[in-house]
Amino acid sequence: MVASTTKYDYIYCDPIKCVGCQLCEYVCSFTKTGEYNSYRSRIRTVRVDEVLMTSIACRTCENAPCVVVCPRDALTQDPEKGIIRVDSTKCDGCAWCVEACDFGAISINPATKLAEICDLCENEEDGPQCVKWCPKEALSLTNPDRISQKSRRELVKESLEFPTKAKDPR
Amino acid sequence: MYGYSGKIIHIDLKTQKTWIEEKPEEWYKLWIGGVSMATRLCWENITPGCDPYSPENPVCIANGIFTGTPVPVGGKFGMADKSPMTGFIGDSLSGSWFSIALKRAGWDGIVIHNQSDSWVQVFIDDDHVEFLDATYLLGKGTYETEEAIREKLGDDQIRSCTIGPCGENGVRFANVTNDGRQAGRTGHGSVWASKKLKALSVRGTKGVRVYDPQTLMQLSYDISKVAQGEHTAKYRIYGTATGMKNSSAMGVLPTRNFQEGVFEDIDLISGEYLDEHHKVKVISCAQCPIACEQMSIVKTGPFAGAMTGVEYEALQANSCNLGISDIRASIQLLEIADHDGMDSMTMGVTISYAMECYERGVLKKEDFACKSYPEGLEMRFGNAEAAIALAKMIRDREGIGDLLSNGTRIASRVIDAERGTESWKWAMNTKGLECPGYDARSLKTFAIGLAVGTRGGCHNRSAAYDPDMKGETNRFTLDETRGEVAARSEEYAAVYDTLPLCKFIRRCFTGKADRAGAWPTIAKLINATTGWNFGYDDVDLIGVRAHTIKKAFNIREGWKAEDDDLPWRWKHEPFTKGPAAGVVVTDEELAYGKQLYYKAKGWTEDGMIPKELLIKLGMPDVAEEIGV
Repeated sequence: MVASTTKYDYIYCDPIKCVGCQLCEYVCSFTKTGEYNSYRSRIRTVRVDEVLMTSIACRTCENAPCVVVCPRDALTQDPEKGIIRVDSTKCDGCAWCVEACDFGAISINPATKLAEICDLCENEEDGPQCVKWCPKEALSLTNPDRISQKSRRELVKESLEFPTKAKDPR
Repeated sequence: MYGYSGKIIHIDLKTQKTWIEEKPEEWYKLWIGGVSMATRLCWENITPGCDPYSPENPVCIANGIFTGTPVPVGGKFGMADKSPMTGFIGDSLSGSWFSIALKRAGWDGIVIHNQSDSWVQVFIDDDHVEFLDATYLLGKGTYETEEAIREKLGDDQIRSCTIGPCGENGVRFANVTNDGRQAGRTGHGSVWASKKLKALSVRGTKGVRVYDPQTLMQLSYDISKVAQGEHTAKYRIYGTATGMKNSSAMGVLPTRNFQEGVFEDIDLISGEYLDEHHKVKVISCAQCPIACEQMSIVKTGPFAGAMTGVEYEALQANSCNLGISDIRASIQLLEIADHDGMDSMTMGVTISYAMECYERGVLKKEDFACKSYPEGLEMRFGNAEAAIALAKMIRDREGIGDLLSNGTRIASRVIDAERGTESWKWAMNTKGLECPGYDARSLKTFAIGLAVGTRGGCHNRSAAYDPDMKGETNRFTLDETRGEVAARSEEYAAVYDTLPLCKFIRRCFTGKADRAGAWPTIAKLINATTGWNFGYDDVDLIGVRAHTIKKAFNIREGWKAEDDDLPWRWKHEPFTKGPAAGVVVTDEELAYGKQLYYKAKGWTEDGMIPKELLIKLGMPDVAEEIGV
């Protein structure tokens, strides 16, 4: 069973476009908590070198390992959207889901000690706020199929030249 | 209080004691943050007349009002101390995740007192302060140091200000780095070294709250979207180095230690050339939607692998100013400065001073002997290998690098005293700080700004090169309006340096960068953050106060009108080539310009500040000490 494939949409960050500003973290934490705090953001910017940077949020894996490992069945996956939901009455902050996630996309809220996972801003009218705000349009709500389609289209646009004007019909 | 915690933390490195100072809201309304608050903290905590390297010179750090919020380009802090380069106020700004962590930890500012007996790392972990043995960090470059700290303390969100080997070795113009950005000028790094402070780390886990989040979010969103358009295009696409060609065309590009203003190989060192051949990626400072830093790498030749961010000021000082047209060598020079922690502008101008000394026979090949080059170096203009070797000698304070690590003012005094020469005439500094990349001979409003500047040769504090270069003034002459232009441009810049906001956002509020275009939106941002009721005039006063406290600090440290001066060369030696050929700033013009400026500031003819003006600005205690 391959875990990290998905048919669902998730927040994707293009590392070429990402400049590492971390605005996504402020916007996310504000949307979810009313204050600005990277420790409460469900998307995290990573800089591992002066020029290597990207942001990571939940990848909505199929057969999500976090859901599978949760010993208290606190995590469930929405069958249509792929969003991983945390039942705060069941979660006890054991962090097995954190350990199971290959992407480091789950965090434990330092105040409540419960797991927190990106929910694609399902309650926001205009969708994921990080996508809305990203100044470089590095973030998008997409899935692997659409990412590959876009890559192919961009490749064709960049590689093939078209005549800029039609020949004079006369 | 919204936007602030109301608390400054004081840290004593000798006793390892800390104490909290609570400041009233009225204090914040006067000093806001950034360089203004940092300078005010210096005013309150320094022992006047102290040696910059003594325990009595505190390092003061002040957060920004918008730090830690989505307000574009507001993630900055100010750092101030008495500068070992100038003997006056040393105030710097840096874009920074460090300041965001500091705000989340619940501190508006830090005052670091006294000196440690052994190398120390201070770790502010929310409310708790730890003093750690810094031995494990010694000898490490700036980036390596930050990584080693994150590794040891086990949290990626820990952000640090550090000094590199240059600071540890006591290079006078060493700087303080965080996340690849620097509190770059005036020698903060050597003040840290005098305190044996290698690193200052912060973990802040608390949230930042503002008064009116909905308004703040909407304003920030709109500004950050506008910031993707034409008003920031030059910064985003080519970075500041795109100004190289224009400066050369106008004849103001420092060439071979400011001997000329036009560089023959300008096309090989331009921002456009850099973009085409060396750019790897553009990155941003904290909380910045513009992203201007052009990370550039050398792919071929002896410096292959060298990589750092390349800016106009650092580039010109280390390319045309050294007669070097191989931009790969410039990138290597900047990597040494950035990774090992020294002010790349002062480094470049100090090397160009040494090159001119060599070409004029003041310094000989053997004067540059070092371990790698026991015979010495032919320190000619254009000799990239020699320039790089000298940068390393300065870093290590090896051979003559020991003397040159003090910058051009001290180095020229020592050399001239020993050898009976007059090399001070080409020591390109004002008040001891090396000049920036706009030659002021034909930028006469800017010349006034540089002469009177509170931190010496700095393009960030006086923005008066802007009207001169844009043709809003006749740059070749002075007239009675220029005191006003210089004074107001300085106060305009001080608003940005105090909030602080990066000046690159200045056109994104309404499309116009002037006060009328920017102040109303800035007032709304301040009010949404704090719940205050600031208007246009209040924003304007932020800059006036910031500048006044810096000047007051200098007066208390013994400033006299004759300290407002220009390098000898700008007053006596015109260029032979280019559109600015034949022009100097004469002593008479300088004296006239200074008088115009002092008058525009409402100061006395001697440049002193009247008591009533200080009281009007809300500084009765300052009036008491230095008012006339």
